[in-house]
Amino acid sequence: MLQTIAIPPTYTEGYARMLLIREFEQGIHRLFMKGEVHGTTHLSAGQEAVPVGVCMALQPHDYVCGTYRGHGHALAKGTPADALAGEMLGRANGVCGGRAGSMNVVDVEHGLVGCFGIVGGSIAAAVGAGLSGRREGRVSVAFFGDGASNQAYFHECLNLASVMSLPTVFVCENNLYGEFTPLSASTAGGRIAERAESYAMPYEIVDGNDLWAVHDAATRAVGRARGGDGPTLLECRTYRHFGHSKSDPAKYRPAEEVEHWLGRDPLVVARERLRSEGVTEEELAATEEATREGLERALEAALAAPFPDPAERPGREFKP
Amino acid sequence: MSEMLEFRAAIREALEEELERDDAVVFFGEDVARPGGVFAATPGLQERFGPERVFDTPISELALAGAAFGAAATGMRPVFEIMFGDFMALPMDSLVNQAAKLWYVSNEQASAPLVVRSAVGAGGRFGAMHSQFHGTWFDGIPGIKVVAPSSPAEAKGLLKAAIRDDNPVVFLEHKRLYSVKGPAPAAGEVIPIGEAAVARPGSDLTIAAISKGVADALAAAERLATDGVEVEVVDLRSLRPLDVETVRGSVARTNRLLAYEEGPRTGGWAAGLLGAVAEDGLEHVDDLWTITTAETPVPYSPTLEDAFLPSAETIVDSVRARLNLGGRPG
Repeated sequence: MLQTIAIPPTYTEGYARMLLIREFEQGIHRLFMKGEVHGTTHLSAGQEAVPVGVCMALQPHDYVCGTYRGHGHALAKGTPADALAGEMLGRANGVCGGRAGSMNVVDVEHGLVGCFGIVGGSIAAAVGAGLSGRREGRVSVAFFGDGASNQAYFHECLNLASVMSLPTVFVCENNLYGEFTPLSASTAGGRIAERAESYAMPYEIVDGNDLWAVHDAATRAVGRARGGDGPTLLECRTYRHFGHSKSDPAKYRPAEEVEHWLGRDPLVVARERLRSEGVTEEELAATEEATREGLERALEAALAAPFPDPAERPGREFKP
Repeated sequence: MSEMLEFRAAIREALEEELERDDAVVFFGEDVARPGGVFAATPGLQERFGPERVFDTPISELALAGAAFGAAATGMRPVFEIMFGDFMALPMDSLVNQAAKLWYVSNEQASAPLVVRSAVGAGGRFGAMHSQFHGTWFDGIPGIKVVAPSSPAEAKGLLKAAIRDDNPVVFLEHKRLYSVKGPAPAAGEVIPIGEAAVARPGSDLTIAAISKGVADALAAAERLATDGVEVEVVDLRSLRPLDVETVRGSVARTNRLLAYEEGPRTGGWAAGLLGAVAEDGLEHVDDLWTITTAETPVPYSPTLEDAFLPSAETIVDSVRARLNLGGRPG
């Protein structure tokens, strides 16, 4: 059940992928505390339904551009958990050989153009991938946070994508905080999706903690993109369970707000929905066990991998 | 006599030939397609290749660079124009943090083969925000090439090389070169990036220059020859990679190096070149110095801008003083 196929084909497998992301983030959190993950890292626990629901609407050859909170983007598109964990740990088996770290992952094989360490960068990369995609029948997706909607990248690129009718889906993961600052204090009008109106672009506001809602909206947006009808902005409302980064205990968030969102945990929502649709407790338990075991093996493999040897493969400034 | 080619026509020919040669090449920017470019360097390309491959864009420099990056990372070879080099401050995040880093950070999974062309340089009375030579802004950024041709033949051969290069290339076209005519290159000629050229051989002094500075150095060399000073002019062609070897080889023969730069000394390429030559070739060096601009923005008024900009005359005076040649011959 651990990423036997790049993109989850069913909701049960989508749920398993969400669980994989959750377990991955908790594993990275533990390893960070032990000093195995270096610098900083930005965990996406709580937001899993967004990348999984969007990627379930994609083909394997479609392009995805993620953020520095990008572990979920990579795992949802098919980056193997052991290679991603190796990258977090700075090991030679990492998807970028330890050169990228947590914030800058690239996985060409799985259509991950990149995760971008600077707010808004994914938006532009996806517009460019849309230029390629338009020729190839591929769709490009930009994941970005609510904070990015105040960047020049957002406004310039939504306009450009709309003017050029590019096959791009802009997915805003609105987790209500840009780093430590609430949306209300940083974003005039407090509304993000509606900004698309200025760019003559269709938009939807989506329950970002509901895998089905995200998948449905993404299916519509991807259909428009692939059909030549241009870009869409999806604002997926969600919540991160951890702080912004490893240095942030997120004390600025009111207890009632945290409690409210923890009560809408996307994993719990998905599990209840699957149960109500007839998936048995045994099936779910087996899926969960297989996912957790697979992830445990992936983390062990990463921990066992060697660090890259600087003398073995010196960096080259340019592609020859 | 060989056929003559205008610098702006050389740019257009290079674009046309590479658009023809490789379907992955696209070209876009502000007013480049239907209007044909504000320096009239790119007319007719949209008519020939269609609006899917040659198109006008909004005035959104950051989006242009980001779009070029994303397209380049996914198999295309975008060439885009940032109209004036000064505007390159706007797309810096995409160029510096995305394009320049992809090859290394991805562990060589992918690179970003894009070219960004701009008109650069002072002397046109364009003022402080339309006159800079932005090549040195990339001096501390591994992973991005910085190319600046000095002649029509170089413009064509180097732009063709830049478009075929698998790495991002910043391409600087000096405003005061667009109307210059020079011998046309051989058909299909591509000039390798990273190799300086000896534009004029000499035995007494090496002058290293780039872009419009090469013409100034050549003019100065002609006048200094009447003083009996034989100047070797090295046309650097690119600032990154910087061909220090060719300069060092020249200095090994002439024992003197003048680095002539249109830009301030602090943070410029001239001082860095002196350091690189001295570091590994001090035994060959009798003298080395720079001519650069003042540490101020480029002024507007003709009297101020003319005083600000070094020229062939500045070089001649400086060399005479440095070599103790006394005053000018009557």
